[in-house]
Amino acid sequence: MAEGSIITEDLRKMIGISSEPIIFKIEEGAIQRYAQAIGDPNPLFNDVENAGKNKYGRLMCPPGFTGWPIKGGISFIKLVESLIKAGAPPRLLDGGVEFEFLIPIGAGDVLTATTKIANMTERETKMGKMMFTKVETTFLNQDGDVALKSWSTLIQF
Amino acid sequence: MAKRLYYEDVEAGTEITPLAKVATTRMLVQWAGASGDFNPLHYEDDFAKAMGVGAPIVHGALKRAWLGQLMTDWIGEQGLLKKLSCQYRGMDYPRKMKTIEEAHEGETWWCKGTVTKKYDEGGEHLVECVIWVENGKGEKTTPGAALVALPSKSNK
Repeated sequence: MAEGSIITEDLRKMIGISSEPIIFKIEEGAIQRYAQAIGDPNPLFNDVENAGKNKYGRLMCPPGFTGWPIKGGISFIKLVESLIKAGAPPRLLDGGVEFEFLIPIGAGDVLTATTKIANMTERETKMGKMMFTKVETTFLNQDGDVALKSWSTLIQF
Repeated sequence: MAKRLYYEDVEAGTEITPLAKVATTRMLVQWAGASGDFNPLHYEDDFAKAMGVGAPIVHGALKRAWLGQLMTDWIGEQGLLKKLSCQYRGMDYPRKMKTIEEAHEGETWWCKGTVTKKYDEGGEHLVECVIWVENGKGEKTTPGAALVALPSKSNK
């Protein structure tokens, strides 16, 4: 695949390099809005008034929600921009995601996320050559423990 | 949420209680705001056409969130979701709105799943599942997998 590969030398150099940390703060209102957007009425994610009585003693995040960044911006847009600058095709699709939930995440948590490219592959498809970038994100909570890991696949073509 | 799901209640082949969803253009706007994904692929016709998908499509991450709900509804507060994954294989197109609140007739999506395996490991009662989102034509546009820990009747 070396000949005609769409994964340029500049792109290969990006593998394994960690992003600047992004800080996320998790607020009750943001959790509720996220749950409402899913259409998920689960009291664990919606009922602020009785949150103190649930198993966790606070409003919890639906799986995959990590609040809003308060420092460092939204990583994926920046990452995609830098991939395109390094020669990746401009059209983007979200290929999928994998989450590993290690410590429950809920209201009041402050998460620090770092992102790095785990690997890049390419494949010939009906829509032409497609590039698959697997992005690994590690979220530490305020105690410094890994609360969540995710692997997202970006498809560019 | 009234009934508690125990490890003893499930076996390989047990069906996860299905969850029905209707994606609408309104829901996609709401999801964009709540998730922070403002990609015009999900709300602008010309942009979606230029991207090669024909018309604005449902966010993959919204379908992933539906699958999260499928699992958390099923396991209840005493269960623990440990892993969740899915692939956005097929495009889904939202129903358009008829009124401010009401969508036109059209497709209903179903989130479904089946237990594939159960085992004890590290003091936990673990259950593996295959899960997916199925569109109105019965196509699995978003296949995935989940791993949960359930309480056991024996150590209550």
